[in-house]
Amino acid sequence: MTKTWNNRAWFLVLPVLLLVAFNAIIPLMTVVNYSVQETFGNNLFFFEGVKWYEDVLTSDRFHASLFRQFLFTGIILLIEVPLGVAIALTMPRSGPWVSVCLVLMALPLLIPWNVVGAMWNIMALPDIGLLGYGLNALGIPYNFTRQPISAWFTVVLMDVWHWTSLVVLLAYAGLRSIPEAYYQAAKIDGASRWSVFRYIQLPKMNRVLTIAVLLRFMDSFMIYTEPFVLTGGGPGNATTFLSIDLVKAALGEFNLGIAAAMSIIYFLMTLLVSWIFYTLMTRGEDQ
Amino acid sequence: MRLTRWLVPTLYIVFLLLPIYWLVNMSFKTTNEILGGFSPWPKNFTIDSYVEILTNPVWYNGYISSISYVLINTVISVAFALPAAYAFSRYRFLGDKHLFFWLLTNRMAPPAVFALPFYQLYSAVGLFDTPWAVALAHCLFNIPLAVWILEGFMSGVPKEIDETAYIDGYSFPRFFVRIFMPLIASGIGVTAFFCFMFSWVELLLAKTLTSVAAKPIAAVMTRTASTSGYELGLLAAAGVLTIIPGAIVIWFVRNFIAKGFALGRV
Repeated sequence: MTKTWNNRAWFLVLPVLLLVAFNAIIPLMTVVNYSVQETFGNNLFFFEGVKWYEDVLTSDRFHASLFRQFLFTGIILLIEVPLGVAIALTMPRSGPWVSVCLVLMALPLLIPWNVVGAMWNIMALPDIGLLGYGLNALGIPYNFTRQPISAWFTVVLMDVWHWTSLVVLLAYAGLRSIPEAYYQAAKIDGASRWSVFRYIQLPKMNRVLTIAVLLRFMDSFMIYTEPFVLTGGGPGNATTFLSIDLVKAALGEFNLGIAAAMSIIYFLMTLLVSWIFYTLMTRGEDQ
Repeated sequence: MRLTRWLVPTLYIVFLLLPIYWLVNMSFKTTNEILGGFSPWPKNFTIDSYVEILTNPVWYNGYISSISYVLINTVISVAFALPAAYAFSRYRFLGDKHLFFWLLTNRMAPPAVFALPFYQLYSAVGLFDTPWAVALAHCLFNIPLAVWILEGFMSGVPKEIDETAYIDGYSFPRFFVRIFMPLIASGIGVTAFFCFMFSWVELLLAKTLTSVAAKPIAAVMTRTASTSGYELGLLAAAGVLTIIPGAIVIWFVRNFIAKGFALGRV
């Protein structure tokens, strides 16, 4: 659509701008402020420059939670995106079952995140949970409060349970926008199942899959509540992701300088990756 | 081929329903039975946990405050986002692309970054421990999302409709309310649903910005889990009750959910 140039449109945007600025800019200024100062209580602050940033960037603790964060985000993207596409491909295209499938699949997305954590905690308890008891009964030693491997397995499984449906819904919407004629043409040409997927379905899902990856990246990178309720970041620090570490530093230990510097670094990282995704997405639109 | 068509979605749905079943199962057990050992279904069926939640004000006030800030947030987000989304979908103006990206960055900001400054900000303006604090704080990520989804839906409406209306002598507010909003009614519904959903599931900010009076149900639950040890039956019943509102609203938007997640542009 061709848009007309009109600077008065600013008045329509102004309310949103003011409200979001109140929520975003004042807190961000506070964080920046803390990140360059040292405090000894009594509201006495001393300018410290970039000391906190140096401390954070060179600390092993930050490196460790950053590594865990990227590992987690990488694993869940590698599982959820292909799995979601596969499920969307096998879903019925029409009929009464479509609605039932959609509603049941969307259900995990609407459960409060702490309930998701609590639910998987109950599910994974080694003595009375279905998953924990089942695995132990099969002879697989499993205890997510003791073994880091079990904890990781549970956290990843929980995230797959929670968010794969998002990819399914998006991929399914992309598939439904393909006209039936395309499939008929492919059939006449004698195209294999794989080439139908590679040359018809995948290109059509391109846009929705970019959105899916973007949303999954952003949300998994900020994940806090579910692993916090499920494992509390443990055993030890095995599942302490960036947000958990940050909240620990800010609200648990009141290390304001460290926490603030960490916040800024964390925010800038999310921003950078999201900007790359956003540029890729909007470039497709301009063409 | 025919078999896999049925098998894959069915297996996936079973996988989705198992933890939910387990939660429901726990919620109907007595504490003794839960701690007694593994059992795939309740042997001494009881609804005590539900009775406790629905009669104890500490519990049901949690639901009331959760629902009140979610509703306030949904109304504010949609009302503010409507004109802004119209501007982005119809006009080019100074700095429009930068502004749009800046809005999106707030959807990308980790809530953990904002927890402490929000606590101080909302204490300073005297809104701490009210539903308004949480509702306004959730605008941080819900308004950008609402603008994004609504812009997608609005771009699907041909511009000729606007122009014809202006030629017919409609003023902007009258055109917007009488003609334009009915055209994107489903988009508004989906946007409201998404704001409801993301405000309903968020806990970190909601917990940080409340202490006693406006404590959300999620925070009541975490307190039960941590202080009184193993009240798993109560915890499970409270969890089941938080799933119900979502399950109800999802039915109404089932055909548009995917379009909403695709930000209005499938």
